[in-house]
Amino acid sequence: MITRVWGLSVAILFATVVLLSFFAYEIPTALWWLFSIVAFGGTAVFVFQQGMTFYVIRRLFEAAFAVLVIATLTFILLRVLPGGPFDSDKALPPEVMANLAAKYNLDAPLFQQYLDYIGGLLRGDLGQSYKYISRDITSIISESLPNSIQLGVYALLVSYLIGIPMGVFAGWKPNSAVDVSCMTFAISGIALPSFLVAPIFILIFVKTLGWFEPALWEGPAYYVLPMLVLGIRPAAVIARLTRASVLEVIHSDYIRTAKAKGLAARTILFKHVLRNSLIPVLSLSGPLAAAILTGSFVIEQIFAIPGVAKHLVLSVSNRDYPLILGATLVFSLFLIVANLITDILTAIVDPRVKMS
Amino acid sequence: MSTATLASTSSPPAASAGPKKGKSLQREALDRLLKNKSAVVSGVVILFVCLVGALAPVLAPYPFDEQFLDRVLIPPSSQHWLGTDSLGRDMLSRLIYGARISMAVGVITAVISLLIGTFYGAISGWFGGWADSVMMRSVDILDSIPSIVLLILVKLVFDAFDVIGNPELKALTGMLLALSLTSWVSLARVVRGQVLQVKQMSYVEAARSMGASGTRVVSQHIMPNIMGPVIVLLTFQIPSNILYESFLSFLGLGLQPPFSSWGVLANDGWRSLQSYPHLMISPGVAIFVAMLAFNLLGDGLRDAFDPQMRGR
Repeated sequence: MITRVWGLSVAILFATVVLLSFFAYEIPTALWWLFSIVAFGGTAVFVFQQGMTFYVIRRLFEAAFAVLVIATLTFILLRVLPGGPFDSDKALPPEVMANLAAKYNLDAPLFQQYLDYIGGLLRGDLGQSYKYISRDITSIISESLPNSIQLGVYALLVSYLIGIPMGVFAGWKPNSAVDVSCMTFAISGIALPSFLVAPIFILIFVKTLGWFEPALWEGPAYYVLPMLVLGIRPAAVIARLTRASVLEVIHSDYIRTAKAKGLAARTILFKHVLRNSLIPVLSLSGPLAAAILTGSFVIEQIFAIPGVAKHLVLSVSNRDYPLILGATLVFSLFLIVANLITDILTAIVDPRVKMS
Repeated sequence: MSTATLASTSSPPAASAGPKKGKSLQREALDRLLKNKSAVVSGVVILFVCLVGALAPVLAPYPFDEQFLDRVLIPPSSQHWLGTDSLGRDMLSRLIYGARISMAVGVITAVISLLIGTFYGAISGWFGGWADSVMMRSVDILDSIPSIVLLILVKLVFDAFDVIGNPELKALTGMLLALSLTSWVSLARVVRGQVLQVKQMSYVEAARSMGASGTRVVSQHIMPNIMGPVIVLLTFQIPSNILYESFLSFLGLGLQPPFSSWGVLANDGWRSLQSYPHLMISPGVAIFVAMLAFNLLGDGLRDAFDPQMRGR
């Protein structure tokens, strides 16, 4: 009972936050706090009750270790890659070189530089950009990150909202017309890269119908197309997985029992089939987040969305190594957190998942 | 497909398949595959695209970078079947050369990641214990860097150290290196899982008790029995790598014009979809058909190797 109330309130709070952000309202800080406390506090209590504390702590340590390794890797790359802040055509006077070296902390011993770098990361300082003089990377990324997160969350929601119903309908009546059309959509969605879908959508919805905006990221009319295009491929993957999962569940013994008891089809679908068949879908959330992250590179490029991926692509041609590596760290952190949340949620939802 | 003959299922034939006398498991898988129409058609399509790519210099009516400045941006005609682009280059020729790049990327990365992934996964699964945890933990860490970011980083390092002069070869090698590095990981996981499973089988124990060395057991007894899932995964990885190549080229981080790949062509064409749709349509259809074919063939192979998975 208490779990249900908690789950419902997390869902409502999450929906409120998403809706507010979608319609470009300012989200009150108090709401953020409430959401975080309810979501994380509730999870913590639940984890403790279920005796999963050790598992979660171990996963947290593993995640922290992965972040440290990746940070070390980015540091090594930063020092090894040729070219740098003073890599210009003109030969600079030695005094200027020394000043630049001091500014970018290149004059300290290597190990000291490493410690400073890691210490900076812990304080949330990703260093200085080579290209945008006097701007630190943290501010560049924290300006663009909300846009990317918004895009990613909308796309994830779109893919669940499209993919799960399609998969359920398809799997509930296999080989029916619904099934065939859903699966045709799904396989086409997997085969069509977003850079083909996006121009077609722009042509239809912007040029012909005039409903949405084709570029930038400034309000609901700007959000719809990118999130749809980004969500299609994951939606197709989810639809296929959900269908498979539903098919497996409806052939299981407990569904036969439920049918034999004479339960209504609706009850069987919602109470028995859905709950069990959505667990594999939930556990796919981590890989899906990775897929959406990948897709966002092309989407941010096509729709000119000022997000982290666009900065990363731009900084590759600028050879702005600190910005590239900063974005790498942010993306990796994002993926690690997404996988962590997925694993913990799966373990909470499915008691059969072994804590090995 | 010839690949199917290499393999057999790791599980005993499912009850639904029914006992067919005088047929090996590989033969049964092949029969099931050949009964699957969409998989057969897909296989033919893939062979065709590979052939077109391999014979590009013979088939293409013009060189991929030859410009006809008096015939810029013309729609499809008898002279240029798919029209010309904004620099007067023949689209059909560029598409054919693009097929060459895309297929080469798909197949070569699949082979490299097969070699690395199988080796790594087999070692990890066979030795188990301490070595296994270290090896799998490192794979996990590598996996937590998003592959597109890893692709960009590898390309960055590769480009920074100027080793190869030829720009096309350089871009291509960088891409192959990057894609192989990101795609062997999932293969290693699958191989390890399979090795862990098969290791417990009594025929492995029998081989060991007869004094077969570890290398011999792995190569002669375990590998042939786990090839099914590996081939299926590879078939799905090829389109994903082709897609990554076109992604990177589309973003301007892969091959650059005048060289041609489907991603380069799509990047050239998408902005002018309304005025010059032929620039977008031909690479678009090519990518779509190739991706569809690989995915359908992958589905077919999976069903053939593991009939219980049919329709998943």
